[in-house]
Parts: sequence; C-alpha cells; structure tokens
Amino acid sequence: MSILLEAKNICVSYEKALAVGDVSFRVEEGDYICVLGENGAGKSTLLKALLGLIPLKSGEILPHNIKPSQIGYLPQQTQVQKDFPASVREVILSGRAAKTGKLPFFRDKDRADMKAYVQMLNLKDILNRSYRELSGGQQQRVLLCRALLAAEKLLVLDEPAAGLDAVITHEFYHIVGHLNKEKKVAVIMVSHDIRCAVREAKHILHLKKEASYFGPSEDYVKTRDYHYLLGGCCDHA
Amino acid sequence: MHDILLLLSLYGEAVFAGVLIALSCALLGVNLVLKRYSMIGDGLSHVSFGALSIGLAVGVAPMAIALPVVIIAAFFLLRASEKEHLHGDAAIALLSSGALAIGILVSHLFQTNMSVEDYMFGSLYAIDRGDFILSVVLALCVLVLFVLFYNKIFAVTFDESFAKATGVHVSRYNSLVAVLTAVTVVVGMRMMGALLISSLIIFPAITAMRIFKSFKSVTIASGILSVLCFLLGVILSFTHRGLPTGATIVVVNLVVFILVTLFSKKRV
Repeated sequence: MSILLEAKNICVSYEKALAVGDVSFRVEEGDYICVLGENGAGKSTLLKALLGLIPLKSGEILPHNIKPSQIGYLPQQTQVQKDFPASVREVILSGRAAKTGKLPFFRDKDRADMKAYVQMLNLKDILNRSYRELSGGQQQRVLLCRALLAAEKLLVLDEPAAGLDAVITHEFYHIVGHLNKEKKVAVIMVSHDIRCAVREAKHILHLKKEASYFGPSEDYVKTRDYHYLLGGCCDHA
Repeated sequence: MHDILLLLSLYGEAVFAGVLIALSCALLGVNLVLKRYSMIGDGLSHVSFGALSIGLAVGVAPMAIALPVVIIAAFFLLRASEKEHLHGDAAIALLSSGALAIGILVSHLFQTNMSVEDYMFGSLYAIDRGDFILSVVLALCVLVLFVLFYNKIFAVTFDESFAKATGVHVSRYNSLVAVLTAVTVVVGMRMMGALLISSLIIFPAITAMRIFKSFKSVTIASGILSVLCFLLGVILSFTHRGLPTGATIVVVNLVVFILVTLFSKKRV
C-alpha cells in the first residue's frame, strides 16, 4: 500500500483558540478513515487544513503520489448564494474543472463519468433543473455527485449524510464503499453516525482537538471514547 | 433605415468597438455581480479617470498610465476583500472617491481638456484610429480569454473552496478576472464614460439572471442583451439628435430590466 497523505503534528488555530492540536496520521491508498468526535472537536477544521483551505499553525502535510486535482470534496456547508444561476449539470461537471488542465472544454470522458454517477445517485430527472430551486436534500446529492466525479484517489466528505433520507443514505454508503473497494479511492469522512462509521471504515480517528485515538475500527469499539460518543448520541435521541 | 446606414458610414468603427466592449462588460458582469463586486466597474472607472487626467497633465499617452494603474487598483480591491482587512464596498468607495477627487484637481490645475462630462459619459464619436485599434484588440483578448477559461471561471465563481480543494488555481483565475475587468474598464471608460461602463457591467447580467437559470444561458443572454441595448441606445440617440448617447444606452438598459422584472413577476 502506498501512502497518499501524511499529516505530521499539525496544529490549527482560529485567532488565539486552538482548534486542532498536534494531530498526526497517514492516509494510504484504498484507506477508509472516519473522523469522529463531539461538536467543536475540530473535525471540519482538520479536513479543511488537509485540503489546504486554511493555514497550519505548525506541523506539515506531506502529499505523496497525489495531486489536488485527484481529490473530491464535500463541504459541510457550501456558501452558494441563493440567487446563483446554475443548472445541476453545470454544478456536477464543475467537479472536473481542474482536471481538464489547459483544455478549455470538458472531455467526452468527463460527460460519460458524470452520467454514471448521476444514474447511481438518481439525479437524472433533475439534471437540467436550476440548483437554487432544489430542496436541501437534493442539493446535498448534487454536491455529493460533484465530489464523486472529482475523486480519483481521495474522497473527503464532511458529514455527507446530512439532509439525506434513509434510502439515499444507504445507497450513498454503498457507492462510497464500492469506490473504495473497486477503484481503491481512499475516503476520509467526518460523521455523526457512529455505528455506521465503525461498520464502514477501516480506521477511526477520534478527535478532541488532539487525536485521542487513531487505529483500526475493530479496536475502537473497545475504547472509552466510543462508548462515550454512543452514550451522548443516545441522550440526544 | 436611412439613418442607421448614415450612422454606420459615419461612425461604423466607433459602434463596432462599442459592441465589443459592451459584450466584454456583459460577460464579466455576470461573474462580478455574482461575486458581489457590482460596484467594481464604477470604482475602477473613477480610478481610470484619475489616471487619465494625470496622463494628460504630464503629457504621457493616457492609456499607458491608466492601464497599469487600474490593473493594480483591481488587484488591490480583490485582495482587500479576500483578506478582509477592509470590506470590499468600503475599499471601492475609498478608492473611487479619492481617485475622482485627484482627477478633478489635476484637470483643474493643469487645465487639461478633460471635462467631468467626458468622464461621466465618454465620447463615443471622438475616438481616433489608434484608440479604435487598441480597443478592438483589447476587447478581443478579453473575449477569447473568457471563453478559454469559462469552465474554470464558473467553478471558482460557484464554489471557491471546492475549486481550491480540488486543485483549481483559484487566485490565478481571480487575478485573471481582475485584469480582464481592469482592461475592459480602461478601454470602455474613454469611449463610454464611467456611468455607462458600470451600468454595462450590471444591467445585462441582472436582467439575464431574471430570465434564465443556468450559468451558460445567463452568460449568453447577458452578452446578447448588452449588445442589443447598446445598439438600440446608439440608434435612438443618433436619430433623435441631441440625446446624449451614454445616458440613452443606460436608459434603454433600465427599461429592458423593468420590463423583464414585471413580466417575470407575472409569470410566477
């Protein structure tokens, strides 16, 4: 297994408050990592730092055998303006914008790949509709589709199941699992669905600003963190 | 019809250059309006006015000064809002009122023949051969670059952090839009004035956004609307002697915008 990304002692802070402190881990080809933790534990911040969207206070992120254009990303909230005119097709295809390199237009391959993912996520009927007119769940599916289209080696997902109904959530985990197993796409996912995370992922990274656990999912279920999160989860439900 | 032929035979070059500039403004306008930079055209044309009057005062080719100054100002405005030291609208207001004041002072002190009227509305019919060629070349560059990088410009405009995370050189394309806007404003400003340039950037984009729902159709419609309104305004002002060209074009744009707004409200 070759290493894709290596995070070495990374720290991120907002103003003076430390958001992520001294976290180290590595992402290998075909890996499937779930990042768990309470609200405000720095999960989204960690993903953004990995993607180079926010500066590190210290530490370093070393990419091996991966270029940014091989990464797909699903942000937690996309700050798309309410009045932005864009069709679903345009939004999804923009996942390949970096890959066309110097070519001014999308390639046939991009369109063919898009069709396949659109089929999988059941978006065919709304392909020509305006993105701004969709419901929250539909928008989430469109952004997922864009992320899948962009992900060649690594898929970074920030709470992908937010706003999805049970059927689509199930279908979504199936698609991600398929990409991960068949195409060896590595996955890093922030999730609040703890049982599902443990079932799907190979590794768990538990964050409390610092990484309190990083290791195989099988061992994670024996930790105090796991039971604490589950307890917290049941209290809310 | 006779009037239109006369217009074209007398001022064909000016009208042609104007069409290209109207088109450039409209295409960039969609992007600028969506990124909440509607007033950047206005701000930059004030800066352009300041630079042009300094150029006239010291006897250097005005374009040679205005072009780099406005490009720097465009960078400054985009960077200022990126880093949030200064909010975009405040930065634009500071820059444009400052530059306008400097321009007027310099014009007054050195008695150049650049009037406030010229600056507001430009002088479409007063362009010479050199200006014409320069305008056409620059406008064509803007159009070609916009089409070549259309997909990337869309990705960056729609969702900057996704674009950045997936390897699009976001700052490169933001800079590209800044430079293209600056060039369009400088070229357009001399011919059509500050008022017209900012309305050519805003009106067609806003009107097109009321009718169409995809980025591509909005961009194309914005371009077509802009050119049609420009031509209609020029023809009206020519056939009704005495109507100021720039103001007529703005009013045509305004009327089309109001009509479209009323019509699209009714439909919903």
